[in-house]
Amino acid sequence: MEQEPILKVSDLSKSFGGVKAVDGVSFTLRAGETFGIIGPNGSGKSTLINLITGFVKPDSGRVFFRGREITGIPPYQAVTLGIARSFQMARPFYNLTVYKNLVIPLYSPRAKRLKGGKYGDRDEVAIHLLEEVGFERDSLVPYKLAGTLPHGYLKRLELARCLALEPDLIILDELFSGMSMSEVAGILPLLEKISAEGKTLIMVEHRLKELFRVVKRVIVLNFGRKIAEGTPEEVMGSPEVKEAYLGGEVAEGAGS
Amino acid sequence: MAKTAYRKERVDRGIKARTDDIFALSSFREILYLVLPRLLVILFLLPLPLFLGTYWQKVMLITLIIALLAVSWDLLASVGLVSLGQALFFGVGGYLAGFFSTRWGWPPLFTIPAATLTGAVFCTLLLYPVLRLRGIYFGLITFALPLLFMRVIEATKILGGTEGLSSLPPLSGITVELYILIVVTLGCVFGFRRMFDTDYGLVLKALRDNDRSVEAGGINVQWYKAQAVFLAALPAAFAGAFLTHHYQFVGMPAFALDYSILPLTSAILGGIGSFAGAMLGAFILVPLSEVLRAFGTLRVVIYSVVLVIFVVGLPEGIFHYLQRKYHQFERLVPMEEVSDGARADFKG
Amino acid sequence: MEGSLVSVLIYGMVNSAVLMLTSLGFSLTFGLSGVANFAHGGLYLVAGYMAWIFMHNMGLPFLSAALFSIVIVGLIGAVIYRLILMPVRGIVLSEVIATFAVGVAILEFFRWRGFVTYEFNLPPFLKGGIAIAGVNVDYQRILIIVIGTSLAAFLWFFSHHTKTGLALRGMAQDEYTALSLGIESDWAAGLSLALGSALAAVAALVILPLGLISINIGYDVLLIALAVSVLGGLESTAGLIVASLILGYAVVATSTYLGPQWSEVVYLAAIVLGLAIKPSGLFGKFKELEERV
Repeated sequence: MEQEPILKVSDLSKSFGGVKAVDGVSFTLRAGETFGIIGPNGSGKSTLINLITGFVKPDSGRVFFRGREITGIPPYQAVTLGIARSFQMARPFYNLTVYKNLVIPLYSPRAKRLKGGKYGDRDEVAIHLLEEVGFERDSLVPYKLAGTLPHGYLKRLELARCLALEPDLIILDELFSGMSMSEVAGILPLLEKISAEGKTLIMVEHRLKELFRVVKRVIVLNFGRKIAEGTPEEVMGSPEVKEAYLGGEVAEGAGS
Repeated sequence: MAKTAYRKERVDRGIKARTDDIFALSSFREILYLVLPRLLVILFLLPLPLFLGTYWQKVMLITLIIALLAVSWDLLASVGLVSLGQALFFGVGGYLAGFFSTRWGWPPLFTIPAATLTGAVFCTLLLYPVLRLRGIYFGLITFALPLLFMRVIEATKILGGTEGLSSLPPLSGITVELYILIVVTLGCVFGFRRMFDTDYGLVLKALRDNDRSVEAGGINVQWYKAQAVFLAALPAAFAGAFLTHHYQFVGMPAFALDYSILPLTSAILGGIGSFAGAMLGAFILVPLSEVLRAFGTLRVVIYSVVLVIFVVGLPEGIFHYLQRKYHQFERLVPMEEVSDGARADFKG
Repeated sequence: MEGSLVSVLIYGMVNSAVLMLTSLGFSLTFGLSGVANFAHGGLYLVAGYMAWIFMHNMGLPFLSAALFSIVIVGLIGAVIYRLILMPVRGIVLSEVIATFAVGVAILEFFRWRGFVTYEFNLPPFLKGGIAIAGVNVDYQRILIIVIGTSLAAFLWFFSHHTKTGLALRGMAQDEYTALSLGIESDWAAGLSLALGSALAAVAALVILPLGLISINIGYDVLLIALAVSVLGGLESTAGLIVASLILGYAVVATSTYLGPQWSEVVYLAAIVLGLAIKPSGLFGKFKELEERV
């Protein structure tokens, strides 16, 4: 059971107007793993996620989720199968209150099925989820309009939206960006808890130091191609990766 | 400078009763406070047909037709689909009613419901492939489709061509017609308002904010948008079918720009997103345009200017303004001697 | 024109040039500032009527009347931006509705003032014509082809090779970056509206002499501009030319062989099918696809 690949990506490619955004990327993920995708700006990380979750259709290559081919399926079907994702740019429903933002994912077929009877009390479920990602239960924050939230909270709301879907695989696109050091420190135990519950986690990150405290294995993308794969120590030791990441980030990441 | 200063205090008396999910209706007064505006609308509309002369009864009929189209526009806008061609739904409903009537000789009692349903299904299927388009691109399609239908009917001479379909069976007198329309219009306004308070409506509302996040929430966006188009097409196709039997005629003007512009202007004038605003807008705009009939085409210039003023300067619309004023009142509260600095604070 | 192939070929070319010239301003404004100026048709007719008024009420010669009206219409475009579009910038729905209302207001104003009779026409720049392969073509139509192609070439050069043009294009593609480079968004968008409106005026003054000026031309012009822009994809000069050629020939062919009542069907079908099948247009780029879908 442990060794069954939950996600298998083989030779995925996508180009936009002649530019290869993702170029023949393959990797395999075991259930329960915590996995990182890193790379410089514009290296195709977000596109790769969009390809896996169905937001962008690949030019070639295939994606398998639990042995079933999911290449190019509509995003909502990916969710129904158990893949939840967050967006790099948190875009909540600004005109709804914070907890009502979670009513939308809770209304999805998957959440209805898995949360079963609990759905009847969706407000309670929503507030509970918010509490889990670090909103204070007794504050008025969950009742405010989502448009008034500061950036760090928006990211947590994104995470709560993923959790509402009871996913098996969670893909987080730059969760840490825009969060302060202490906010990240506050959210790390939650990620560890999610991982301990047996959920598989993919994190796309720029903040390598924090990322490497969560993930056990990473791949590195550069110009759409996979240039390294392995444990954080292994990949950061690779000269090709060092070259791709010119500047301070390498030193910071490798130092951890 | 006076010793006692007054400051304006704004009190929102609605907030207790309006806070959703918390039922604070503790007294008869509060129930009345919430019900009163709805009651007033009903009490205003129901006796109205009895007091109007034939001419103004006809105006009221057109007003209700435009109100239905405006409510339909508002529903589409609420899910982020901006229609520049309500005439599409209207014309399809109208022509279907005429077709059922002339081809199979059905009475209006059957043609109107049948045209409403088939018209809504037809328009939904027609728009289904373009629901993924955003912003003005969806608007462009809806702008072009009714004009396209009009020209195709003209060129191919199908469905009566430029002559249209005439001598259709009439409905039963304008007073009865008005009451049917009043019931349907109020039903749509209150029904859609209620619908948007449910979780289903919440999903629809979220589509306008950001449909990618809805999709990432595991919800089939295309399918929900199609449902919204179907729901919105119902009242509009009904309006077309109804007016067809009222005039006992349907022709190319059913796809004309008027049936696109008037509902849109009504909805913007009244205020978007409340359905009641769209209806209010129609009740201001259509009678006004009757009053201005003497000005000829200058009246179109006047609407357009009104439209620009509201879009640019008062995007809130009349309904939301009234709603705010109903829930809030301002009063002057005497203050103890205050320093100028503190007074300046209150001004902000 | 007994359906002869030669006349279809020649008039198709003329018509393509007319379409391109007509939609040049609309396409330019949309490409540079993202504003779909639905007042395009109204501005087009303002230019025509204004030139007529300058000539008949003030006795100006046609050339200076034309020049004045081009400048004035350009200014009107800038004023529309400053007064109407600036407060609602970025809210696409409001931009479209507001400009459409302005266009309708202009057109219906002229209708109300009685500009509907047969006396309203503009003189051609060039009189006479020549016979090409047995088909008579007047010089004005040839002039349209010349002006159309040279304007398209000039605009391509302007937006790809001059500093102002590149700045405007940069603005359309990425407002934030452009802002940080010190390009002022409002200035750029206002300029693009003025330019687009002036181009509408140029088109009107070259094309309107072919016939009478009538109010409904204003609505047709908007339709043509929309059809060409949708089919060609935005901000692509090649797309504009190819779409004009396709539509130009399609319209001439359908009205020759099927009857003139089909010509409007062609434009409308182009808008509907273009958006339904290939939302990015024939030459649209990826970024535009993202925005449209």
